[in-house]
Amino acid sequence: MAERSFVEEVKKLRLGAGETFRGEGILAVTKALLESGVAYVAGYQGAPISHLMDVLADAQDILAEQGIRFENSASEATAAATLAASVNYPLRGAVTFKATVGTNVASDALANLASGGVTGGALVVVGEDYGEGSSIMQERSHAFAMKSQIWLLDPRPTLSCIVQAVKQGFELSEASHTPVMLQLRIRACHVHGEFTASDNKRPSFTIGEALDAPQRDVSRIVLPPASFVHEQEKVRERWPAAVKFIEEHALNEFFAEGADDIGIVVQGGNYNTTLRVLERLGFADVYGNSRIPLYCMNVAYPVIDSEVLRFCRGKRAVLMVEEGQPNFIEQNIAAILRNAHVDTALHGKDLLPVAGEYTTAETLKGVRAFLERYGRMQPEPVVAKPPKVIPLKPLAESVSARPPGFCTGCPERPIFTAMKLVERELGEHHVSADIGCHLFSILPPFNLGNTTMGYGLGAAGAAALNTPGAGHKRAISVMGDGGFWHNGLTSGVANAVFNRSDNLTIVVDNSYTSATGGQDILSSTAENRSRSTGHAIERAVRGVGVNWVRTMKRTYDVAGMRDALREALTTKEQGPKVLIAQSECMLNKQRREKPLARKAVAEGKRVVRERFGVDSDTCTGDHSCIRLSGCPSLSVKPNPDPLRSDPVATVLDSCVGCGLCGEVSHAAVLCPSFYKAQITTNPTRWDRLRQRVSRAVIGRLQRRAAARRERYAF
Amino acid sequence: MNSVQPIKIAILAMGGEGGGVLADWIVDLGESNGYIAQTTSVPGVAQRTGATIYYVEMYPREQAERDGGHPVLALMPLPGDVDVVLASELMEAGRAVQRGLVTPDRTTLVASTHRVYSIAEKIALGDGRADSKNLLAHAQSAARRFVRFDMAQVAEDNGSVISAVLFGALAGTGVLPFSRAQFESTIERGGVGVKASLRAFEAGFTQANAPAAADATPVAAALRPAGTPRDPEVRSLLARIAKDFPPAAQPVLVEGARRLVDYQDPDYAGLYLDRLARIQQLSGGEVQLLTETARHLALWMSYEDTVRVAELKTRASRFERVSSEVHVQQDQLLDINEYMHPRLQEICDTLPAGLGRWLASSGWPRRLVERATRKGRVVTTSSLGGFLLLYTLAGLKRWRRGSLRFQAENQRIETWLDRIAAAAALNPQLATEVAQCQRLVKGYGDTHERGLRNYETLMDAVQRAGARLAPASLRELRDAALADEGGQQLRAALERLSLHAPLKQAA
Repeated sequence: MAERSFVEEVKKLRLGAGETFRGEGILAVTKALLESGVAYVAGYQGAPISHLMDVLADAQDILAEQGIRFENSASEATAAATLAASVNYPLRGAVTFKATVGTNVASDALANLASGGVTGGALVVVGEDYGEGSSIMQERSHAFAMKSQIWLLDPRPTLSCIVQAVKQGFELSEASHTPVMLQLRIRACHVHGEFTASDNKRPSFTIGEALDAPQRDVSRIVLPPASFVHEQEKVRERWPAAVKFIEEHALNEFFAEGADDIGIVVQGGNYNTTLRVLERLGFADVYGNSRIPLYCMNVAYPVIDSEVLRFCRGKRAVLMVEEGQPNFIEQNIAAILRNAHVDTALHGKDLLPVAGEYTTAETLKGVRAFLERYGRMQPEPVVAKPPKVIPLKPLAESVSARPPGFCTGCPERPIFTAMKLVERELGEHHVSADIGCHLFSILPPFNLGNTTMGYGLGAAGAAALNTPGAGHKRAISVMGDGGFWHNGLTSGVANAVFNRSDNLTIVVDNSYTSATGGQDILSSTAENRSRSTGHAIERAVRGVGVNWVRTMKRTYDVAGMRDALREALTTKEQGPKVLIAQSECMLNKQRREKPLARKAVAEGKRVVRERFGVDSDTCTGDHSCIRLSGCPSLSVKPNPDPLRSDPVATVLDSCVGCGLCGEVSHAAVLCPSFYKAQITTNPTRWDRLRQRVSRAVIGRLQRRAAARRERYAF
Repeated sequence: MNSVQPIKIAILAMGGEGGGVLADWIVDLGESNGYIAQTTSVPGVAQRTGATIYYVEMYPREQAERDGGHPVLALMPLPGDVDVVLASELMEAGRAVQRGLVTPDRTTLVASTHRVYSIAEKIALGDGRADSKNLLAHAQSAARRFVRFDMAQVAEDNGSVISAVLFGALAGTGVLPFSRAQFESTIERGGVGVKASLRAFEAGFTQANAPAAADATPVAAALRPAGTPRDPEVRSLLARIAKDFPPAAQPVLVEGARRLVDYQDPDYAGLYLDRLARIQQLSGGEVQLLTETARHLALWMSYEDTVRVAELKTRASRFERVSSEVHVQQDQLLDINEYMHPRLQEICDTLPAGLGRWLASSGWPRRLVERATRKGRVVTTSSLGGFLLLYTLAGLKRWRRGSLRFQAENQRIETWLDRIAAAAALNPQLATEVAQCQRLVKGYGDTHERGLRNYETLMDAVQRAGARLAPASLRELRDAALADEGGQQLRAALERLSLHAPLKQAA
């Protein structure tokens, strides 16, 4: 079950021609796929296109009505390879994943697909996780498009433009027999806006028809000599066909052509920001009417020579607004101008940042510099800042970073708490981390993890760090269940078996790919009506030949986790050790259990809620407990003791009673300040009787003690 | 060219706080009332408790139709070009100011003044909290109008969430061209938790226009003045404080005496005053040395032992506090479970000194106790058995003076007082710093051992440096000892001050 349900929103996918669709970018993409007569869709989740997969999962009824095959792919490579269905058949297909990590994984399949070319339209929707909030290395998908010759669309981030790009993407793909990549930046994926819908279209050719009448064309298979022919085809036939289509259908846009002898070339994705900047500088209005000529490249690759020359000829200078590096487009335009002997000055990374996100502020600076250089604006006068009457401390001193961390009650936290405790006994170990929520271990308070090499590659990342039998420490690697099924089983675990590794791999099994939004995977325990779940990780691990396997069924058992870790790190047994740490993702668990508990309470059933607390009069304000946990619900508050100044620990109302606080204070021998409160709603008669009896005795003794204290009170 | 501007609103929140719901409400508010609205955000990992921004723009549809255009709306705020900033927490308001989103010419800043502490603030060994006053001052000076109150409290009072209060406060500011009824029907259309949301909305609306209350930044508890005691012994203690000690120091001494009467008995508080009388004599009129010693001596003399913990846990007032902290309703039952981990050390400490020492160095009896105490215990104080166990333990108080721990602490206190006296002879300021080193010794178990080790390292440095140790250097060492658990900063500071000596091993 995914983190977010789109059951309500997917109803919008049934809107017909002329109706107004209002919703999120990714939902609009899904609608556009339906309107394009797509025959199959596949993908692998990951921000920012996780929701696209979730939408598709929630829209399975609609997909089925339209006769569309939908796959939750095992990895991005699987997704990309799925497009093979469009090689021989006029089937329109779309796959989706996040970039550039997804394109990295998929690149083998993408390269093979691009080499042979396609018959049916093949669309790769990539969610570009670049800039603020990104959790991955900062690279461009552009390079993949160039190296494999896949056309790259980068539409304006307005829903109508995105929808149009999807439809034209299929047409372009078919016209040029080339797969097309549609790049959506993170904000565009999540933008809420509106567009006018069209009717959904059933695929004109179905998967069933393909299966019943298989087509084969050896010239489409990547093997010599066909592969050499493909390379020639790419430049002699497919490229010109694409250029022709792009020109004829005006995929790129010219605005205010001829309004001035300077101009700006902008990638579609950066159009809105650039326009806003021009509007703020007084060169455009809010509707996009500009006084500076604009060439908006909704197709980022290939660059259309004729259009570039049409825009640049006769201009003194143009500014290229191209986010990310290397500046592929700027270099390309420079070559076009040079080859055509056009001497228009070309600006780009000289005035705009060479690397990093083109935020509104950075774009404003760059565009302003360009306009100043060509005399369209006066430089801003330097304003002398008035001296401050009351000097304030710099704000930076009071604003600290707020990195993401494990959620309240997260079952992964105790694994790292146990690792910290083992570290106290055995010293520090090399920790090879992986991608997933568990990567938050690299941040305070745990500070565990030396490298991360990619999704599912935690164990592989420790492959070299092995000295079996030499009396050295063992390396520890961490891998999530999502990464395990993505590739970790083979790249990490099987590899460790084959290479006689002696390391420890911890597989964090929380029943979902939680970091991407809680989607189901093979080992999920949840019933899923359209997928096969319940395949235990332990069986897979043993299946590839690991002998030392432990499964901890409750990660909150910190002492148990600590002991298991200690044993794995000190056992004399040779060979890879795999520790499977199981507990359900708390976000998903709460989502499932809270409504049930509410219902039970309403029905008058006995329900016990648990939560933790800290006695502020016994807490001494050292915060060891926080350093071993980092739970958002475990915080601090002013010390109620007038003799002390350090804040005391406190448990916030958001506590879900996972039990970690108690386990930690036991395992690490912290302090007796923690208590667990059990609140019983709708108690039974026996509960009440028991409570009444004990309360009577306890109350009497408490009153006696209070009277003794009262004697001396002042 | 047209000069009508979109309305620009930025929401700064933390993942899971309902910033998305708030953004969706604002969009729905706009769309249902004649506006073209756009919102976007960067969820991703920010969903997992990180800081995040939601950005909304809206433009009057009628205007666009009249002008025959469609507005191009931006996907991220431009510093200096934001009309309203909503911040769900005070540091996030500070972050908005830091990012330049709040400017005096146009931005209305609506922020909750409560704090959700960041991890860096929470993990400090002492006090790592950011200065709320500074955050408020910056926000005040950056905003055109700064509407602020504790919205977490308002949300809790109304059984709702902060986004509803922010929505109400936004309506209350009157900066958006929508009526209160239009705001409220937006919540109703949402259809989830409508009643509670409307209550919280109403409270937020009202508060936004209330005169700004004095900013309730969290303050430390105040010293309570002395009341009138019934007991003659206690009365004479108070008389002694009033007679023998300077007025400026009296409030702390009263609080200290109160603590020790509660901890042990009036005699014990008498010992406290005896010890302070000695400090007063050598302080040469230095009130600061006296008050600081009084504060820390009270804390040290009321060290947290098993007996104290048992006593505090069994009090009726504590049961009431827990009950209100966890919001137990009238018809619900409450059970309280304590997480305790008495080890050999704590058991020996509680026993009479001779017996405790014997057990600690015995053969099989020690091993037996060690085996039995390897795991922690959960004691249900609200049950008869659990309560009686702790109540009995608390009753050991009358024999506390004979316990091993009492002897050890007494010894340490005397040595500490001697050190203060020795330092006072050199420099009263240094003596004050020595007194304050007690702050390092806190907690239980491993934490206590680490604190004690650091304390002794510092005392060792004081001893060796003698007159050449500047008070500021000792303060620096103390801060270093509180900087990290591993003691790296302390070692570095000792080296910097050329006071490095092999660190003492755990006691």
